[in-house]
This record gives sequence, C-alpha cells and structure tokens, in this order.
Amino acid sequence: MEELVYKQLNESVFQETMDNGLKVFLLSKPEMAKTYGIFTTNYGSIDQTFTPIGKEEKVSVPEGIAHFLEHKLFEKEDRDVFQDFTKLGASANAFTSFTKTAYLFSATSQIEKNVDTLLDFVQEPYFSKESVDKEKGIIAQEIRMYDDQPDWRAFFGTIQSMYDKHPVKVDIAGTVDSIQEITKDDLYTCYETFYHPSNMVLFVAGNINPEEMMDQIRTNQSNKEFKEIPEIDRFYPEESSSVAKAEDSIKMPVTTAKAMIGVKEDVSSLNGEELLRAELLSGMILDFYFSRSGEFYEELYKDDLIDDSFQFETELDRQFGFTILGGDTRKPDELADRVKKMLHLLRERKISEEDFTRMKRKKIGQFMRALNSLEFIANQFTHYHTLGVDLFDVLPVIESLTTADADKYVEHWIKEERISVFKVLPQDS
Amino acid sequence: MKISKESVYEKQGYRLHILPSKKYKTVSIVAKLKAPLKREGITERALLPNVLQKATNNHPNVRALQSALENLYGTGFSSDGTKKGENHVLSFRMEVVNEAYLTNQEPILEKAMQIFSDVLFNPKVEQGGFDEAIVNREKQTLEQKIKSIKDDKMSYANMRLIDHMCEDEPYALHVHGYLEDFPAINAESLYEYYQGMIDRDLLDVYIIGDIEEKEMEKLADQFFSRSRSENKDNHQDSVASGKRKVNEVIEKEDVNQGKLHIGYRTNIKFGDDDYFALQVFNGIFGGFPSSKLFMNVREKHSLAYYAASRFESHKGLLLVFSGVDPKDFDQAKSIILEQMEAMKSGDFSDAQVSESMEQVINQLQETMDHANGLIEVLYHQMLSGVSIPAKEIIENVRKVKKEDVIKVAEKIELDTVYFLTSQKGGEE
Repeated sequence: MEELVYKQLNESVFQETMDNGLKVFLLSKPEMAKTYGIFTTNYGSIDQTFTPIGKEEKVSVPEGIAHFLEHKLFEKEDRDVFQDFTKLGASANAFTSFTKTAYLFSATSQIEKNVDTLLDFVQEPYFSKESVDKEKGIIAQEIRMYDDQPDWRAFFGTIQSMYDKHPVKVDIAGTVDSIQEITKDDLYTCYETFYHPSNMVLFVAGNINPEEMMDQIRTNQSNKEFKEIPEIDRFYPEESSSVAKAEDSIKMPVTTAKAMIGVKEDVSSLNGEELLRAELLSGMILDFYFSRSGEFYEELYKDDLIDDSFQFETELDRQFGFTILGGDTRKPDELADRVKKMLHLLRERKISEEDFTRMKRKKIGQFMRALNSLEFIANQFTHYHTLGVDLFDVLPVIESLTTADADKYVEHWIKEERISVFKVLPQDS
Repeated sequence: MKISKESVYEKQGYRLHILPSKKYKTVSIVAKLKAPLKREGITERALLPNVLQKATNNHPNVRALQSALENLYGTGFSSDGTKKGENHVLSFRMEVVNEAYLTNQEPILEKAMQIFSDVLFNPKVEQGGFDEAIVNREKQTLEQKIKSIKDDKMSYANMRLIDHMCEDEPYALHVHGYLEDFPAINAESLYEYYQGMIDRDLLDVYIIGDIEEKEMEKLADQFFSRSRSENKDNHQDSVASGKRKVNEVIEKEDVNQGKLHIGYRTNIKFGDDDYFALQVFNGIFGGFPSSKLFMNVREKHSLAYYAASRFESHKGLLLVFSGVDPKDFDQAKSIILEQMEAMKSGDFSDAQVSESMEQVINQLQETMDHANGLIEVLYHQMLSGVSIPAKEIIENVRKVKKEDVIKVAEKIELDTVYFLTSQKGGEE
C-alpha cells in the first residue's frame, strides 16, 4: 500500500493494485459520519464493438447494453442486492455514462460488510432470460421519462448533430426498440470482457481506517479467481473532425424554445495532463466570457436572448469531446448566431493578467468547495485516473496556467466546421 | 458519530447560529427570512432574491458583483424561496473557501460577508426604488420561469396535485409567483415590499465551518444586525382541510409518459410523538428502493422506472409519485393503493421495520454531514419549536415498533389521485 500525501489540502490517498489487477484507492475522513464507496469499470455506452475475451472476431452489441447490464447486476438468483444494502443500513445506486459504469453505496455503519457486498455483487453476475425480459419494461419507462425531458433532448440532440458515426451519439440507455434485442448471452459477453478487475477501480472515502480496509479488500479479492486477460480490443468508427450537421432541430411540447451551440472537440492528441489543461483552460475561458461576470453573458442577457438557464460545459474523455453552450431563449436563431460569432471572436481577444488571475482564483475555489463532497472526490478521482490524471494535481496545474497558455488554446479552438446548432422548438412554432 | 454543536444567540434584530466543524474546507453562511405564506406580495417575494443578487450600492451591476465574488476564490452565492408548511422562507447561501487552505492566506471571509450584507441590506437604490432596468429584466426572467414549469413534467404534476389537493389552503400558493401580479410591480413598489420584508421578517443566520466562535460572532454582528430590537416570530400554523371525499383528477398533455401523483394527509407533523414512526412508515412504504412501492410497481410489475413517496412534515402530507405508461394508469393506481392498505393491515415484518429504521438513521446522519443539510435539519426543528438533539432523534427512531407504524398508517387518509397523461390517455 502506498500513501500519496497532498499537504496543502491536508488529504492523503492510499493506493494499491491487487494481484488480479484491480486498482484500489482509499481516502480517510474521520470527521465524517458517512463512508462512500464506488466500484467503477472503464466501460460505457460507447464501447459497443469489441473482441470478446477468448474470441478472435469482433462483435457489435445492441445499443444501451452497458446500462442494461448495470440494472441487471443488482438482481441475483435468489434476491435483489438493494435489499442486501438495505439490511446493512446503506443506500446503493449505480450509473452508466459514455465511458463508465459505476456501482456505489453510502453508509454510516457496517462499512466493512458494505464494501464486501459491493465487491461481491459486482463480481458475481447472475443473468436469466426471465429477469432480462422483465427489465425491458422498466428501462422502457426510464427511456420514456427522458423522452419527456427537454433539457436531455437538447443535450443529446446537440451531440447527435456533432457526431456522425461515433457511438457517443447513441442515447446511453439505448432506445425502446434496441433494448428488446438484448439477451442473457449478450450480457455475459459484455460482462466477461469489461468487468475483469484489471479494467476496474474501487474508491472508498470517508470514515475508514485505510490499513484495515485495504487488508479486507485484499482478502476479498484473493478469495476469487480471475483468468489473466489481454488488453481489451475496442473498435470505434472513423469520425470526421467536422460536425455531422451544422444545424438541426426538433419540435416538442415546450413553452420556451432552447438553442444549444456545440463545439466538437479534437481529443485525438490529448493525454493525461494535456487533457486536464485543455479542460481547465476551456472552462476558464468560457467562464470569463459567458459566466454572469462575463462581457458576452451581459450582452446576451441585456438583449433578452438568455436567462438563468444559460449554461456551458466542456466534456473531454477518451475517444470524444465536446463543448455545449445554451439554454432557454425566446429567439433561438438569434441566440445561436450571436454565440457563434462570439466564439469566433475568442481568437482575437486577449484576457488580461488581472482577469486571468481572477479566473484562476475562481477555479481554485470551486475545486476546494467540491472537495467537501466525498462523492465528488471518489467519482472525479476515478474518472481522472482512467485518463491518466491525478485529481489532486488539479490545484498545482491551475496555479501553473498563464495567459500565454490561454492565448495558445484559443488559437486552435474554434473552427466553423466544428460547430453545430441544435434547437428545441415549441410544437406550434 | 460527530455532530457539530450549535450555539444560538439572540442578537440585535436577528438570531445567530454558529456551528464550528472540521468537516469542511469552506465556511458556509446561510440567512433565512421567514414570513407567513400569503397570496398578497407572493410575486414580489419571488422576484426579490433575483433582484437583490444583481447589484448593491458598492457593486452597482451584475458583472461587478460577480467579479468580486470570483476574486474571493469563486465564493458561491445563491438564493431561493421555498414553502415550509404555510410559511414562505427566502434563503441566501454563501460558501467561502477557508482561508487556511489558500497558498497565501488572504482574509477573504470578511470581504465575502460584506457582500452578503450588502445584498441583504444595501441593495442598489436610486430615487426611492430599485434599479428599473434590473427589475424589468428580472420580471421577464421570472415570467419565462413561470411559463416553463410545464416543461418539467415531474414538478408540474407535483404542482398540479397540490393545486387540487390544497385548493382552499395557503399551501397551494405558488412560491414562484403569479403572472397576473406583474403589471402592478415596478422598481418602487418592489422596493417598498423589500423594506417591509427587511423590517418584519424573522431572520436567522447560520455559520458553519472550521471557525473560531467568538470571531464569527463579531463578524456576524458587524454584518447582520438590524435596527429593530426584536426579532419577532411571525409563524403561521398550517390550516387543516375539512374532511371531504377523495378527489381524482386526470389532465391531458402532450407527453410520452404519464405522471401518477397521489396525495395523502398524514395528520402528523414534526414535533408530534408519532413523527418518528411516520419516518419509519415512509421507509417501508415508499422511501427507499427496498420499499413496497418500488418492489411492487417497479420490480414485480415492471410498470415504472421510479415509484416512491415522501412526506412534508410541517403541513402533514404524504406524496406518492411514479412515471407509468398512459395505458397502465388503473393498474399502477390500484397497486399503489393496495400497498397503503397493506401498511394499514400490518402486512410487513419486524425485520422490515428495523431495516427501515436503520435507513432513516443513515439518511439523517448523511444529511448532517453536509453543511446545508445540517442547517436545514436545525432550521426545520426551530420552526416547529421542538429542538431535539440528533442523538435523541436516533434513539427515538430506534424505539419505533411495528404497532406504532400500523397506527401511523391508520391515521393516513387518501386525499387526491392526480394523473397527467397523454392526449390519447392510453387508448390506442
């Protein structure tokens, strides 16, 4: 077990790689009542085509299967794992993203048993035809629920305008039709390929004793057998750096229209710290112009083109990346035009030293505030770890950024062919 | 378990609550202004937090104010208005990084509190009114927000259920305000309402973090004192509705999924002896994924992705919500009603009671790990005039027996079944 000490933040992370390849990280916060554990596989909705373990030929599985598998791991031959956590006074949950599937619990007592329960239920699958069929109705309602949410539709619609072939354009839960095709055997194929310990990370944060906890995890893992596996072969279609559609829209029963502006990011050359720097810089630059202190925000607000719902985010991950800006608006076309023009202006503008320092301070403070949350630490640490970044390096990296870095970043950032506009319009417009 | 100890001080025109705690890398400051929930002035009250947060006499526009907060290491500052039973509470929340964690330990807390104080007591005023441009723009924003409520079907269905269920009670009032009030509101009239609010409302200030108590008290006095000498409570107790027959309301919209929301009256409020048993009841009935609603509506019948319940402890309501296919309305409704009957007839085990107990305790402890969660728990207690230390709450929850839960179930009355469904309403 190795201890990583982050002196300024007064935090330590204990890490160890188990013999079977599982990476374990522990963070002790004895002042908290709560302990949070999250067990993550580096497998998400975009991993649709791969060579199954022990096979030669690549296969493509139905859309939405990673998420379906997440639901089904909770069900065992004789019981529902939610009940196991309930009996231990814990609450459990799970989520699937583009690149990850994660299982988690939080509890204020019986932590050892909860950690074993988490490890055991994820590592002991049981899928049957009946339970797979039963789940289809539940997930269909989950998909329908999202279908009625305009913000979700706007977010996904923007990604679908930007991406042409890449599976990031497929809704994480799949479609009501695609999930009908999923079989028990498909689930086992995906499970065996992607749930090998060497593709997974466990993070436990909270009221724990790291030495004892690590011993327990080691024992738990050494009692299970896993075959050694080669690196997983995953396949993704060739994707153009330009957007699929410069403009698209849907009609929905909404009272207020939405306009979203998407920038398709090029992540092909970014690794580890470069990715972190890109994420921080784009965040700071957008913040400077488009947050409530920003010049562009003020213009858009005064001209009645945006309201408090206006948001922006940059997501950079393995295989894909995007920036999305937008929100509710009375004039979707005008908002889209103006934001596009503003994005093009970034290259010509310079952020002063003083303003850049302000944006750095803001980022530092936001990061410190986030560290109050065990969930943030564990989730974000895991996310960054799979990308080759240490979460606690965020602070020194922010401190090292300069206006020259920002100038260099905007130089290559915005290109017309990488921008999509997506609108959600009221039914009767 | 470590729970921060709360010190309460009656101060000049406000009540101060200080909670030293080493859990956080930040200091949280929350100010709560409370008034009875009333139709008159409700739209002004909805508008005010947004207007106040836009400009002060020291930072006369949004950009200046926001830049100042950014310079204080991205100090977070937000506000909202909520119902607590039949009271209307405006909360202003600030979160400042603890200076001890900064490379060059700058005194940012005092500066942040100055901004907080300015927003509450020193807003930008010209010629006896707020900045007219700000007020007009915020009216537009609020108008859009009111119109957009319909776009979030879950909140919309919840609002419509309460509209029908509490028709003749203040609780049905909308804290986001009413469009019909807009024409009469201007920069002067809003300022007039504001002055009355600052004069009349009950003000509570909470400060949590790794802080020195005496120092905090001094800072708080500097920034939150009001000229009025008394901080008088203006609490409005909930009006109980007269018993009437069960209401069923079906409304149609262009939706894919139907929203089934069911309202019950618990006849139990925070501070009542059986409140702890109500918490355990809710855990078994619909509060957790192990509950009857989740197990039956979702797991057994695959009708929904979510089916859950929660209770409102000042008003005494229990609300069930689930998203189901329009054609499954009758089946989902009868399954939910059956689960309530099962609770009344004691169709659950002692093991379920103790599991629910542990879940309730776990949830409470987790909530109190968060600065805002802890403040909500304490404020909530204070409003009810019943102050129970966390340890005692936990002991009381542990004492709940199966027969107590059945007694709670027997007190609960079905009031309104609300279904928001598609235009076709499930007839294909």
